[in-house]
Amino acid sequence: MTALVRCEGLAVAYPGRPPALTGVSFAAPAGVRVAVLGPNGGGKTTLFRALLGELPAAAGTLDVARCAVVPQTERSRLDFPVSALDVAVMGALSRLPWWRRPGRAERAKAAEALERVGLGDRIDHTFGDLSGGQRQRVLVARALVQDAPVLLLDEPFSGLDTASTDRLERLLADLAAEGRTLLIATHDVDQARTWDLVLCVNRHQIAYGPPAETLTLPVLEETYGASLLALPGSDGQVVCPPHHHDHGDHDHDHAH
Amino acid sequence: MLALLHDLTDPWREPLLRRAFLEVALLGLAGGAMGCWVVLYRLSYSAESLAHSLLPGLVLAALLGLPLLLGGAAGILVAALAVALAARTPVIGRDTAVAIVVTTLFGLGALLALSADSPPGLDGLLFGDVLGVDDGDLWLAGGLVVALGVVLGLGHHRLLAVGLDRLSAPSLGIRAGVVDAVLLVALAATLLVAVQGLGNLLVVALLVAPALTAGRFTRRMGPMIAVSMAVAVLGGWGGLYLSYHAGIAAGASVAGVLCVVALLSVALTRRRRSPRTRRGARSRAPSPRTSPSAPAGR
Repeated sequence: MTALVRCEGLAVAYPGRPPALTGVSFAAPAGVRVAVLGPNGGGKTTLFRALLGELPAAAGTLDVARCAVVPQTERSRLDFPVSALDVAVMGALSRLPWWRRPGRAERAKAAEALERVGLGDRIDHTFGDLSGGQRQRVLVARALVQDAPVLLLDEPFSGLDTASTDRLERLLADLAAEGRTLLIATHDVDQARTWDLVLCVNRHQIAYGPPAETLTLPVLEETYGASLLALPGSDGQVVCPPHHHDHGDHDHDHAH
Repeated sequence: MLALLHDLTDPWREPLLRRAFLEVALLGLAGGAMGCWVVLYRLSYSAESLAHSLLPGLVLAALLGLPLLLGGAAGILVAALAVALAARTPVIGRDTAVAIVVTTLFGLGALLALSADSPPGLDGLLFGDVLGVDDGDLWLAGGLVVALGVVLGLGHHRLLAVGLDRLSAPSLGIRAGVVDAVLLVALAATLLVAVQGLGNLLVVALLVAPALTAGRFTRRMGPMIAVSMAVAVLGGWGGLYLSYHAGIAAGASVAGVLCVVALLSVALTRRRRSPRTRRGARSRAPSPRTSPSAPAGR
């Protein structure tokens, strides 16, 4: 299977600074969900920006299909007078020349994308009035309008309650099943275990592979450094990165 | 009834006032539309600063007999460069840099305008002279309306995207820096043209007050711009009528009426808005804090 994302010895630097991320080598085929784990400032966002072409490769090679980003919904201004449809339509701008306004075709496509993420009945709602989970799905719809085979999601589950998390999980599984590659930045190791591949970074790549082989205690310790906590009474098998969880049973699969 | 009709039609008999009505209408269309982006992009303070800092340019142009537009443009350019330079000085913040530069330039302009040797009539630069507009001013205002219509019309969706979330604009193929620059140039052009009708001190009312009013009654950008333009034109005309019948300064009346309308709209919608906000909060699912923190599928 051809990889939609392939990096070889990639290093990324912000202009005039030493590399923020080095030694990234991985290939992600179509149809997988890749968890990108790492501490804050560990290089997750830097990697995304390199994949988008916003930052050049300081070393190594990068071969990636067209990417669309699903940003954190917390970053959006909620006081803006825009509807869910207005936001989804913005996904069409990347392929329109500057003198063309989005027209009927683009609006139809955006409405279809909102339908796809389960928000067909919220098209005319004000973006800022939607719940956090709904806003996150509007931003997924916007990325779908961009028609990119690779989706980069920046901590899409942060701040979501259980029901919204479930719903978004199902949506991401469906999108991957349709042949897209999803790179999902997350802090949730438990969630990462249920996906196809895991990429651990902390200023350099620490591990890449299926979760069962990759998410070992040494790898997680190296990824999260001193901020890692072992759960009491878990004999070191269960680890807990900065985010807390009040349960210890991880040996089961998620039903989707 | 007939008396009211006369009150409304009388001013239109005078060519001077007909021109003023036309000028205020054109500036209202331009300022009403531009103001919505100024308010949403939180540029109100920048707009006020730019308007004040172009005074020395205007005064110098008036003293030298050059076109005011030229002097104003030079003034804005000098102000922008001075702010950029001052903001680079490590001990001065950007906010402080703007304040220092603006007061310096405005003081310089006032010094030039109010010195004994200056010809009379320069106070029109401060408070505007909407009753003194000539055909050239009207053509200029008309040109501004057309230009803004094209720029804001074509840029509408990109302006929305950058305003909503600046950081993710590049991933949508939008250069936020270019969008900002276009918006600032459009703002500078609007100020340059409007300053001649309403003056340095009052022009910001035309940009901020109608947009604030419109924002209280609309939920989408398109309708907000339409309402803002209507409020600016009708409020501006209201100001001219007030000036005519009460015998008070035209520019100040226009600015005053627009600001009173804005204040009233805020007061009237304060109560109306809160139930909707509460309803919005209730319709949302319980926050993560109140629900068990188990992740999905468990």
